[in-house]
Amino acid sequence: MNTTPRLELQGMTKIYPSVIANDSIDLRIYPGEIHAVLGENGAGKSTLMKAIYGVVKPDRGRILWNGKPVVIQNPAHARKLGIGMVFQHFSLFETLTVTENIALAMDDSPRLEPLAERIRTVSADYGLPLDPERLVHSLSVGLRQRVEILRCLLQEPKLLIMDEPTSVLTPQAVRTMFDTLRRLAAEGCSILYISHKLDEIMELCHNATIIRGGRVTGYAKPAEESAAGLARMMIGKELPVCSQKRPQISGKTSLTVNNLSTKSADPFGTDLREISFSVSEGEIVGMAGISGNGQQELLYCLSGERLVDDENVITMYDVPVGRLNPDQRRNLGLGFVPEERLGRGAVPGMSLTENTILTAHRHGMVKNGLLRFRRAAEFTRRCITGFSVKCGSIEDPITSLSGGNMQKYITGREILQQPKLLIVSQPTWGVDIGAANVIRQAMIDLRNNGSAVLVVSEELDELFEICDRLIVIAQGRVSPSLQVRETNKEEVGLWMSGMFPGGPKEKTAHSPQEPGSHVC
Amino acid sequence: MFVKIEPRPEPSRVMKYCSPLIAALLMLISGLIIFTLLGKDPMQAFFAFFIEPVHDLYSVGELFIKAAPLMLIGTGLAIGFRANIWNIGAEGQMALGAIFGGYIAIIFHGSSSHFVLPLMILCGAAGGMLWAAIPALLKTVFNANEILVSLMLNYVALLLLELLVHGPLRDPNGYGFPQSVLFSDSAMLPILIKGTRLHLGVLISIIGVGIGWVFLEKSFTGYQLQVAGLAQKAATYAGFDYKKLIWIGMLAGGLAAGIAGVLEIAGPIGQLLPSISPGYGYAAIIVAFVGRLHPGGIFLSSLLMALLYLGGESGQMNLDLPSAVTGIFQGLLLFYLLAADFLIYFRLRITRRQRKEG
Repeated sequence: MNTTPRLELQGMTKIYPSVIANDSIDLRIYPGEIHAVLGENGAGKSTLMKAIYGVVKPDRGRILWNGKPVVIQNPAHARKLGIGMVFQHFSLFETLTVTENIALAMDDSPRLEPLAERIRTVSADYGLPLDPERLVHSLSVGLRQRVEILRCLLQEPKLLIMDEPTSVLTPQAVRTMFDTLRRLAAEGCSILYISHKLDEIMELCHNATIIRGGRVTGYAKPAEESAAGLARMMIGKELPVCSQKRPQISGKTSLTVNNLSTKSADPFGTDLREISFSVSEGEIVGMAGISGNGQQELLYCLSGERLVDDENVITMYDVPVGRLNPDQRRNLGLGFVPEERLGRGAVPGMSLTENTILTAHRHGMVKNGLLRFRRAAEFTRRCITGFSVKCGSIEDPITSLSGGNMQKYITGREILQQPKLLIVSQPTWGVDIGAANVIRQAMIDLRNNGSAVLVVSEELDELFEICDRLIVIAQGRVSPSLQVRETNKEEVGLWMSGMFPGGPKEKTAHSPQEPGSHVC
Repeated sequence: MFVKIEPRPEPSRVMKYCSPLIAALLMLISGLIIFTLLGKDPMQAFFAFFIEPVHDLYSVGELFIKAAPLMLIGTGLAIGFRANIWNIGAEGQMALGAIFGGYIAIIFHGSSSHFVLPLMILCGAAGGMLWAAIPALLKTVFNANEILVSLMLNYVALLLLELLVHGPLRDPNGYGFPQSVLFSDSAMLPILIKGTRLHLGVLISIIGVGIGWVFLEKSFTGYQLQVAGLAQKAATYAGFDYKKLIWIGMLAGGLAAGIAGVLEIAGPIGQLLPSISPGYGYAAIIVAFVGRLHPGGIFLSSLLMALLYLGGESGQMNLDLPSAVTGIFQGLLLFYLLAADFLIYFRLRITRRQRKEG
């Protein structure tokens, strides 16, 4: 390795009116190094990366690029220096082709045909095959991420920043991406890898800088540390463990979906095809699948935000609910945490207390048509203490919460209503480890008290941790169910790409090698 | 040089309440400039416009008489506006209220029963709601745009009123003038304070604003309307019945406008005329927005708007100003308010040259 760091940060400090996002952070990354930046949500990782990419101006501190101090003005300047960034959320135009999308992001306006040719070569070169003529809306999420990575690779970066890149990938796709990153590193490119997934970091990264509360709490060589050790540095205490205690499944079915098919209203959405499954009291059923495979559409039908033509297709506790609206379904004992927090699960422009009324109003918060704010405030207080929601006061606007805290609040609001059937989409998405455990524990407790829980998540680790059964959704079809104890991530990963009995790619399916031997 | 419009990272909450004040101030400044350009002494114009109309008890009474229909209709409209239900038809709904209420007054002409006035108000309310039900029905059944439907119905309603006053409801002994009989005392709102024209309708309007406040701020239905306005998807997520909310939002406006129509003819006017409102139904839209769709704010902004009406009249009489001056002030106020509101959420940035965006 070279002795001059590719990038060195000295005493980087960024102060926001209410919080010190970065407090004199030092970081050093050498050519060819894969360097992890590890930290919980709100630890200051994103601010730090934005400072490197020129989006945020630091208040104090220096950036040295190849040993020379630089002031990075804006992202275009960062790109000129050779810094590329793959964001967690893609910024692609669905109606344009791969080439057109990449051309849009380039600082000079390139001609399209030679660019397509380059995309073809570079993508083949790195083992990321991609057809440059394809329209983005027809690409899976994994392929879309490929577009974003290629967009950076074409600029021949010296430093590549990856922000939580695996959250949308199947285990198999994660492998491919890791191979690409190792290959890039071997060619001398430095990689800053932001994540809170310890196993990935331990496998991939050479070095790690751990951040907590805006400060560096440690530097480590992930391969030499234990997951528990890294977690301790990251959250400052021992990792809480969920207590499981599996109860007897009572067998009473709380949710059945019987041959549900819909046409998606969105031209780029997914049609649901002949979906059937059920969830019983006292069990947590996980629905795995890469986002965009029909989860959204299915959840709209389950919650009642979209009605289905035949009321018998969906039943809750033997009541046909296909034509009932969400309010009526809640009266039957449904709780629902949607994927979108702001604007759907919570109302922007309202306080926490007012947002509590949104779904919890049936718990004594309305009398003679008038609101009882004291009841709502009481409930809200229970929610923020029970789910450690960090907020100034319950009268603060909901928009003052960070994404993770809002998720905790909404999940807490639904769970505290003691639903008989809880449907949760991405329960711990963007939530830090400590709080994720609180949410998981609450779902387990709910199950142990005899409720039925359906969890839709992209995070296989999470599903394997808390679920009793798994089903997989791919291209609008749902697989038969798997007992968690009798399957493994490889099998579920294959099923996620559609290779399951009755799945869209059933013919290419092969039985996974010895189920159980690859449990991670 | 290029001017770029970009969203502000954090819209100020304080400015949300200050922007009506800024708008009023800018309106005032622009008005004074206009007066100067017209060759009037700006101070004299200012006095005629804003001080003259409130210099004694009688004038203050007049102010409230003008403000009453504005605050009542403004509150009714705000109920719909909060849920993004845009009832622009208050002017027509007011006319329908006047027709229904006036019809009662005419058929009970000469009666001294105490029930005539309450019956007029009930029928007027029904008339306003009936007219508002048309856009509500078309929107819930056919998804027709309520702005267009309610707006066009205004013209229908005003022509209907004119037709009736020229025809069946005309005073048979009125020498052919297009007006109804003068209402009997039993159909007239009693005067509250001697020496003014301040009538019971003003009190009814203020009570109406109070009821609106309870409804909007304290009731569950008001909460649902607010949620639907702020985030339609959240309302669907919670299972609030949007069609029901459309009906409530439209009918609330119709109810308020219908009553306001009755209060006008049973108050200051005292009979049915071809025209019973100087555009209160439209001005109330401005009142609702300047008042931030909040009944307390609407009460204050209705007084400001009433002052503009009176100031316009006083300006015409004392300074020879054209009658369009009231409309100009109303327009300025709304224009500045929309601009100020826009700048709460966006800011302008001047860049020297266009930078290539990456």
